Amino acid sequence: MRSNSTDSTRPKATLGLKLAAFGTILFLYGPMLVIFLYTFTPEEATYTFPLPGFTTKWYGVALFERPDLWRALILSVQVAGISTLVALILGTLAAAAVYRSNFFGRESISFLLILPIALPGIVTGIALRTAIGGLDIPFSFWTIVIGHATFCVVVVYNNVLARFRRMSGSVIEASMDLGANSFQTFRYVVLPNIATALLAGGMLAFALSFDEVIVTTFTAGQQTTLPIWIFSQLVRPRDRPVTNVVATIVILITLLPIFFAQKLSADSSDTEGGSK
Amino acid sequence: MANNSSTPAIQFTKVSRHFGDIRAVDNVDVEIKDGEFFSMLGPSGSGKTTCLRMVAGFDTPTSGNIFLYGQDVSQLPPYDRDVNTVFQDYALFPHMTVGENVAYGLMVKKVAKAERVKRVDEMLELVQLTGFASRKPSQLSGGQRQRVALARALINHPKVLLLDEPLGALDLKLRQQMQVELKNIQREVGITFIFVTHDQEEALTMSDRIAVFNQGKIEQIGSPTEIYEHPQTAFVAGFVGVSNIIEGEVGKRITNSTNKFSIRPEKIHFVKPDQNLDSDSYAVNGNIRDVVYLGLYTRYLVEIDGGGDLVVVEQNLKSTSQEVMRARGQAARLMWKKEHISKLGD
Amino acid sequence: MLSRISTYLYKTPKLVLALLLVPPMLYMGVVYLGSLFALLINSFYSIDDFSGIIVREFTLKTYAQIFYPANLEIFMRTAGMAAAVTVVDALFAFPLAYYIAKFAAPRLKTWLIIAVTIPLWSSYLVRVYAWKLILAKEGILSWFINLFGLGGVLDWLLSIPEIGGSSLSLSPIGMFIAFSYIWLPYMIIPIQTALERVPASLIEASGDLGAKPFQTFRSVILPLAFPGVVAGSIFTFSLTLGDFIVPLSLGNSKYFIGQAVYSYQGTAGNVPLAAAMTMGPVVIMIVYLLIARKLGAFDAL
Repeated sequence: MRSNSTDSTRPKATLGLKLAAFGTILFLYGPMLVIFLYTFTPEEATYTFPLPGFTTKWYGVALFERPDLWRALILSVQVAGISTLVALILGTLAAAAVYRSNFFGRESISFLLILPIALPGIVTGIALRTAIGGLDIPFSFWTIVIGHATFCVVVVYNNVLARFRRMSGSVIEASMDLGANSFQTFRYVVLPNIATALLAGGMLAFALSFDEVIVTTFTAGQQTTLPIWIFSQLVRPRDRPVTNVVATIVILITLLPIFFAQKLSADSSDTEGGSK
Repeated sequence: MANNSSTPAIQFTKVSRHFGDIRAVDNVDVEIKDGEFFSMLGPSGSGKTTCLRMVAGFDTPTSGNIFLYGQDVSQLPPYDRDVNTVFQDYALFPHMTVGENVAYGLMVKKVAKAERVKRVDEMLELVQLTGFASRKPSQLSGGQRQRVALARALINHPKVLLLDEPLGALDLKLRQQMQVELKNIQREVGITFIFVTHDQEEALTMSDRIAVFNQGKIEQIGSPTEIYEHPQTAFVAGFVGVSNIIEGEVGKRITNSTNKFSIRPEKIHFVKPDQNLDSDSYAVNGNIRDVVYLGLYTRYLVEIDGGGDLVVVEQNLKSTSQEVMRARGQAARLMWKKEHISKLGD
Repeated sequence: MLSRISTYLYKTPKLVLALLLVPPMLYMGVVYLGSLFALLINSFYSIDDFSGIIVREFTLKTYAQIFYPANLEIFMRTAGMAAAVTVVDALFAFPLAYYIAKFAAPRLKTWLIIAVTIPLWSSYLVRVYAWKLILAKEGILSWFINLFGLGGVLDWLLSIPEIGGSSLSLSPIGMFIAFSYIWLPYMIIPIQTALERVPASLIEASGDLGAKPFQTFRSVILPLAFPGVVAGSIFTFSLTLGDFIVPLSLGNSKYFIGQAVYSYQGTAGNVPLAAAMTMGPVVIMIVYLLIARKLGAFDAL
């Protein structure tokens, strides 16, 4: 894969292209750094720049004086955790079904699973609200989970299906051929092979759920998830410095799992390709 | 009762496998003897691989039965059959070491650890991979992976070992070396081998008997010499080696028969233009239309007077390339022994 | 026992398939599609003007309301924004996508792809919030603009009636910047994927036939990358159409589709009109997807 011949034929980028490329990367991350910078501002009423001073007290305030934030954070973690669990089960089942058979309507399943992220979030949100409201089900923790699971399933599905497709089809046959029954084959061959895909898909699903706000606004009752809290601050800023701290925490909580999920996928496709 | 040598290792009785309208395997009857090295030879899509998969249990006959040493196994899942397979792509478990791969069959049967280690060592020694137990399959070369696949399949002491084009991914040198080695291992372990291949040379070198498949049916079963020297159908004559088919008007003039015959190119010889016809030979006159120099031998295409072509090969025992190339366009007289032609069925 | 179940399952692959399929299909088919269907039904109901109660009778009255000038204006405004965001994202995405696909060494390439993918999946809300800080009147961007003495230009921009406002953080310009920023990764990845599929030999062939690098870029690389641009535009367009967070956070009093749906459904309690209005983005997306499929964009997804 990383042979010398491709190295030598790869053309050199012009300086302008390099600058544009790395400039774009900076542009993608710059705004997040700005939030981090603002966590240190002593100014409460405006977003004045340059910062009129330097303080770390808002971290203390956010961590120790705001039980409402802690409640929101715990709620978000619970929602994301359970949505991820549901997505792991449903996504893996769907991927296994699509992988093992060529049944009629296979394409429609992929299409159906992709819909919740292909359609604008507001469509999913308002549709669920209409249905839940129409059935007189009270909006609760569980209605939030139902909403989140719809769009989390597809990321697990995609990851696991991609792994299934990269797996040599005959390893399952080989296992049975050597005397393992279906359950042993699942336990010793299938599961270890899709483990990293499950981990990657699960982390993506968790991050996706953790900072989801659009569907949540429609499926939540009185519950305030962390993103809902931030959203209320966006529309009517009241606790500016604390919001900056919360935003920084959210970045870390969502960015790290996605980083590891991506790294995991990249590494596993690397070893497959590089095994030659 | 199992290895009673009078019971065939594998027996197919009227086995068919249809995929929709496609008859992948069509009414096949075959008996494979105990301890035999048996090859299934044919082009892709001829049904040989489907037959192998039905023996392994990955596929079930649409009709007919498959017997393993007298027991009907047609409906058994793969893990309940005493046969093991060496896969075309080896199908090594990427997340396990070589040792774990080889031990897999013993592990799922819950054989004790010490016993497993001992037998893995024996197997690795058999395939000359001693000391490789802790490597991952991705760290091995193609030939080494092939040996691991073989060791993994043999550790269970199966009654029959199935090999699905196992040498296809190797380069020519390694393939020839593995052919010899496979044959030796088979003699050593004494297990019946069923070997699927599309490579006629491979089948001819290794097999005790060969079944030639075409369009879901077996065209001919026989020893390599029988298959090569006495092909019974035009398909076998053409698929195994190169053959000239003698038929129609020209055929009738040569052989005095309306039957179809085949003759191998190396059995035809150039003779002097005035050489008389022996009673045990056939002869024709023609014109050399094309000459291809191939180092070890030269291939001639001869246009027969009265129509039709014959391919003739001759070893370059004394002639140089300049000499043979000069033959192009010249008249020639060809002769071959009557015993070298084979009568073909339809 | 387990072995017996295993054998039974092995012999009945259709049963296994059913066992695998039923849970996800029950969830996605019944819960999700059912909800979409409920939404569709509701769009054919209407609201009683006096009591504000939903009248559950089939009518096209609610759809007719979409064509009121005020609502049409919302559609046009949103579609215009989505189109502008798409064009700008395509332009900004291209250099990085091109660099990743054709120039970056393998190790760097992996890292760059991860760097682009992280913001694609994460912190959507927080990334919108960042622009609230940056675009504020007293914020970092204004400071830089004034540092370079361009304050007059900014004031002039903000004085343009349709796109201006009291500050960047309360104007369509600000929304436009934020939209372009948050959806940019969705454009980079498909273009990079499409460019990745242009074989190196094609580029070499073009050079071999005498094309200068720029000619090769224009007549070989750009046309072959186009399906990627279309694929990316599916995302940028769709996401902009349905978003209500950015307009609510950074916009002025002029409504966008998402925002209108949000307020009809919420404060106004007019679920049928909200439902009918979401059918707008749905139809636009379906038409868009059909065209995109014709152009071969799905292969680049």
